[in-house]
Amino acid sequence: MSKRKEVDDRFKKFGTVSFTGITKVNDFIGHLEEGKVTGTRCKDCGLVFFPPRADCYQCLTDNMEWFEVSGKGRLVTFSRLEFAPVGFQDDVPYCIALLDYGEFKVFGRIGTGLEEKELKLGMEMVTTANALPNGQLNYVFKKA
Amino acid sequence: MEKAAIIGVGQSTFVRQYPGSIRELVFEGFKEAVSDAGVTAADIDASVVCSAPEYDKQRSPAGVLAEYLGLNPQPTFYVESLCSSSSTGLRMAYSLVKSGLHSVVAVIGFQKMSEISSSESQERMGRGADIQWESPFGTMMPAYYAMYARAHMEAFGTTLEDLALIREKAATYGQLNDRAVYRKPVTTGMLSDPNNRMSGPVASPLRVGDCCANADGSSCIIVANEEKAKTFCKKPVWILGTGAATASVNLAGRDLFTGLSVARQAAQQAYEVAGIGPKQVDVAEVHDCFTIAEMMAYENLGFAEPGEGKDLIRSKETYKEGRIPVNVDGGLLSKGHPIGATGGSQIRTIVLQLRGEAGDIQVKEPAIGLIHNIGGVGLYGNVTILGRAS
Repeated sequence: MSKRKEVDDRFKKFGTVSFTGITKVNDFIGHLEEGKVTGTRCKDCGLVFFPPRADCYQCLTDNMEWFEVSGKGRLVTFSRLEFAPVGFQDDVPYCIALLDYGEFKVFGRIGTGLEEKELKLGMEMVTTANALPNGQLNYVFKKA
Repeated sequence: MEKAAIIGVGQSTFVRQYPGSIRELVFEGFKEAVSDAGVTAADIDASVVCSAPEYDKQRSPAGVLAEYLGLNPQPTFYVESLCSSSSTGLRMAYSLVKSGLHSVVAVIGFQKMSEISSSESQERMGRGADIQWESPFGTMMPAYYAMYARAHMEAFGTTLEDLALIREKAATYGQLNDRAVYRKPVTTGMLSDPNNRMSGPVASPLRVGDCCANADGSSCIIVANEEKAKTFCKKPVWILGTGAATASVNLAGRDLFTGLSVARQAAQQAYEVAGIGPKQVDVAEVHDCFTIAEMMAYENLGFAEPGEGKDLIRSKETYKEGRIPVNVDGGLLSKGHPIGATGGSQIRTIVLQLRGEAGDIQVKEPAIGLIHNIGGVGLYGNVTILGRAS
């Protein structure tokens, strides 16, 4: 009997509810498990991608390397949700937000414990890997 | 090249829960449009069916609907661009007619959203965003537009009161529209009264009153070449220009958060094709899925400079008697937003305006009208310009 091929579906672990199981950038989840948030950079043209991509549309190659999202980004905008889609009701209320790192931007969630009134557009924040209560993984923004 | 005209328009009443199936719902808009055009199904060469498929149990609805409407054996196909599906359908019909491939094309838009619950619907709409990288954070449409609202307020001093003024205007006209789902008055005071449902938080800074409602509905637009238009129709309305654009689905891939780049680009294209500028537009329908969306539309379409949209609504220039009347049929905020039917309903309003048949909401003798229809949170932008004269 032939052995069943193992499927790398690590991306199922991303976020409160993941809608994607298999992707060529599954190592992103491995990095989150190590406490790192990562994007990709095209080794040929240097184009930087966050969220990470497996392919460079400019060079039409998959010659990519990982880089860590580090340092401070600025809060571009955010919203606090009082009503959530199916699967996210236990998380309410929570804030989704966008940080600008200059070379790229990161869409994500504000970490728990930060009140809406503490958030100011333009403020410096950092992106950190985060374990969710349901065993899933994501990343959140915290005050720099 | 052929000219293309709209010779017939129709829409169902938009309702919370349509008491029938999708084919019956679609029949309502179609019946009105063919009667309006004075054609029969046999006069229609082809149909373009437009909706967002995630609400439907029926796989490939185009074939099923074509049969129900008596449009066999003519060809049909399906197009989708989220909330702007039927504007994309109109663009397809325009190109089919301009190319000479077909002479009369029906653009059929529909959505029966009540098949699923409101929170399921929010989840599906949220999946119109980036499902790999954004949806796992628990996103939904109001929150994305709320992020634009916050950026706009911060950059330009736009206030929640300004957004409420847009809802008040929508309700002023929604009360006059017997096809609208929400026909009660709404005032700015209701959006700031903590005891009123309209002030309830949805996704900060947007409140219940800033958001349009889900609805079931259908629309139908019949497009014809010049020869057929003159044969069938006393008052053809000409398609003077269309524009369409796309942007990064993930907000991380965008640079503008005080407006929608797709609306700016689609508008520029449409103005160029039509050979006009924003000052020549006499009446407009814009995609006000949220109050902030109308505010940004004023600026993205060139009716106001960036940051000055608030001055237009404060001075009531977008009311029926104003310099540039916008959404005088109540907009999505009053009519409701049955995704695939919405663009067709906007087009219908502008066609009726240009024919001078808009009744209580008739703007004084408009010659040129504009439709702004957005898919997703500025993922797809469609702008169409229509005129009384070719």
